[in-house]
Amino acid sequence: MSPCVIRNARVIDPESDRDEQTDILVEDGHIAAIGHGFHTYENDIDATGLIAAPGLVDMRVITGEPGTENCESIASAAKAAAAGGVTTIVIMPDTNPVIDDMSLVNYVQRKGEDTDIKIQVAGALTKGLDGRTLTEIGLMSQEGAVMFSSGATPITNALTMRRILSYSAGFNALVANRAKDPALTHETCVHESDFSARLGLTGAPSIAERIMVERDVALAELTGGRLLIDMISSQEALAVVRRAKMRDVDIACSVSINHLCLNENDIGDYRTFAKLDPPLRDETDRLALLQGVGDGTIDVIVSAHDPRPAGEKRLPFEEASPGAVGLELLLAAGLSQVADNALDLMTYLRAVTLNPADLLDLPQGRLSEGAPADIVLFDPDKPWVVDSDALVSQSNNTPFDDSRLTGKAVVTICDGRVVAHYR
Amino acid sequence: MAFSNGYPFTQRHCLSISQFSRPDIETLLTLGEHYLDLSVQKSGESKVLTGKTLINLFFENSTRTEKSFEVAGRRLGADVIGMAVAHSSVKKGETLLDTAATLNAMNPDMLVVRHGTSGAPALLSQKVSGSVINAGDGMHEHPTQALLDALTLRRVIGGDFGGLRIAICGDILHSRVARSNIQLLNMLGAEVHLIGPPTLIPANVDRWGTNVFHDMETGLQGCDVVMMLRLQLERMSGAFVPSKREYYHYYGLDRTKLAYASSDALVMHPGPMNRGVEISSDIADDPGISLITQQVESGIAIRMAILHALSDARDMQS
Repeated sequence: MSPCVIRNARVIDPESDRDEQTDILVEDGHIAAIGHGFHTYENDIDATGLIAAPGLVDMRVITGEPGTENCESIASAAKAAAAGGVTTIVIMPDTNPVIDDMSLVNYVQRKGEDTDIKIQVAGALTKGLDGRTLTEIGLMSQEGAVMFSSGATPITNALTMRRILSYSAGFNALVANRAKDPALTHETCVHESDFSARLGLTGAPSIAERIMVERDVALAELTGGRLLIDMISSQEALAVVRRAKMRDVDIACSVSINHLCLNENDIGDYRTFAKLDPPLRDETDRLALLQGVGDGTIDVIVSAHDPRPAGEKRLPFEEASPGAVGLELLLAAGLSQVADNALDLMTYLRAVTLNPADLLDLPQGRLSEGAPADIVLFDPDKPWVVDSDALVSQSNNTPFDDSRLTGKAVVTICDGRVVAHYR
Repeated sequence: MAFSNGYPFTQRHCLSISQFSRPDIETLLTLGEHYLDLSVQKSGESKVLTGKTLINLFFENSTRTEKSFEVAGRRLGADVIGMAVAHSSVKKGETLLDTAATLNAMNPDMLVVRHGTSGAPALLSQKVSGSVINAGDGMHEHPTQALLDALTLRRVIGGDFGGLRIAICGDILHSRVARSNIQLLNMLGAEVHLIGPPTLIPANVDRWGTNVFHDMETGLQGCDVVMMLRLQLERMSGAFVPSKREYYHYYGLDRTKLAYASSDALVMHPGPMNRGVEISSDIADDPGISLITQQVESGIAIRMAILHALSDARDMQS
């Protein structure tokens, strides 16, 4: 691959806190140098007016491969990711069959090699996600699984969770557990509030999240395991994470982009596209979560990409499946919050690049000499309207349909190759 | 087209109380009063729905609401078709919208829908060409029940609900009747008291503009009307309240508890009643205080009013 220079970009790198107008020399799929006075090459990219940031690392992506390829294949998810400026995705184990052994980790990796972006795999914490039987965490790690997940439901049994955290600590494996108490969230489909009670929908209280976070923090403290609290949605849970971090407990915490941009009122008149898990909560929760990203309590922002066919969404609200696609909107929706002054640009970028890369021990997610040339060039001011039918993803269930967003990926580069281009 | 104070009634569907404006409600109640007269109900001049088709689509079993709509539709001259979906294709895995598409192909003018999940009629209304009337959806709303309750009260108390104190007692959490009534009574200016055990009161319900009580003695103070709600028997077996006996002891309406309310307080119940669970038989059957029979009569009149007003509004728009 011939070298190329990205010229005149505003280069932002969360690792070095760099934020300046400069050029990037890309050679052999890596960043060779950042500065001025490089040669001119045939494939140089003029990035005047654009921001160059590390390609996004999305730690929570569900695809339908294997099992439900009609919703999303690994190939279609990769295309959607590239379109949205995401160059690394971590595929969740809730597939059919569940990614719970080495051969399946290997299968997904091989599928990923045929795509333009980097596909990483999260293994299941328990066999078939049954919540009881430990998987071969060591062997799957060795095969390349970057983290381990409980899937859509948490590990209910505290003893099982204790053993998982303590066993995985031996391999320094990252353990992601959903934050919801199963009994308090049983058969609920929304946030518990006067709004949802009025709609006649059974809600999950915020404390259902807090209780599980308290338990998992305590277990992480006891075992020394590396815990990722998988997608919080409430200020109650945020407060627990904040207190734990003050005590230097080694935990990390993620939030979905949806919960930073939307609240329960977006459900409006039973819009099933706004049915998510965890549910959209109060506006005060949304504002608290934004602040949590701002002060570093929340480490990572994920797309929570969860493609669903129309048949699962065009149902009465209680019967519809939760979930929304997000790969193509993670960057744009985040930049819109930045445009609204709700988030600082550097802080936001850190939560979608450097922080997830560091948690997963990956070399990308930064713009430094020698790092992989995974770069997104975006226009931070571009206004546009989301049209769900125009999404690259195979599914189009998004609560952002018809939303006005500010900011969009223009060029996505992975390993020095342009993998998506909108200009 | 039906009018009230110069405001035309232009609603396409009847899905919830919250969709209606105050003049809309006035239109419906005035028209309902008109239809309360049996000679009007049964006269040939009332056949305003002649040539129109009304489909009763009940996904949950119902006797009184379904029959009430059937009688109302027939008295207005409509062709009324009952679809007992609870036993048909839905059981074979057909989705709500598939059913809607099938029915839509029959071009009904009105669809009366009862469904076990909240928001189902709202979803249907987006997919069919006729008017959708919500006859009860999950724990969401039962607007025609609230309207018939208001019509019943209007007959006894008169048009002005200002200053009236009304208690709604029992299982508020699961009750669509309560949700519709709270909104309608608030709109009409009444003061609403909600009384029930904490496990059967929804979260943050004080934000609905009501006062919440957990004991009948304080809650019923000064109440002019006591609306009792039906308590599903399966909710009394330890899941929400410990037993039928304990529930009746604290929340069942008997003469002693009724004495906490105003001396001439009236009692309502949407039916069907659990006698001896939420209400004692001697109160339910006392014509001096119970409005339960009048509620059924008002039911037909208000449903005629709703069908009439919706049909007029559609005719004007098309």
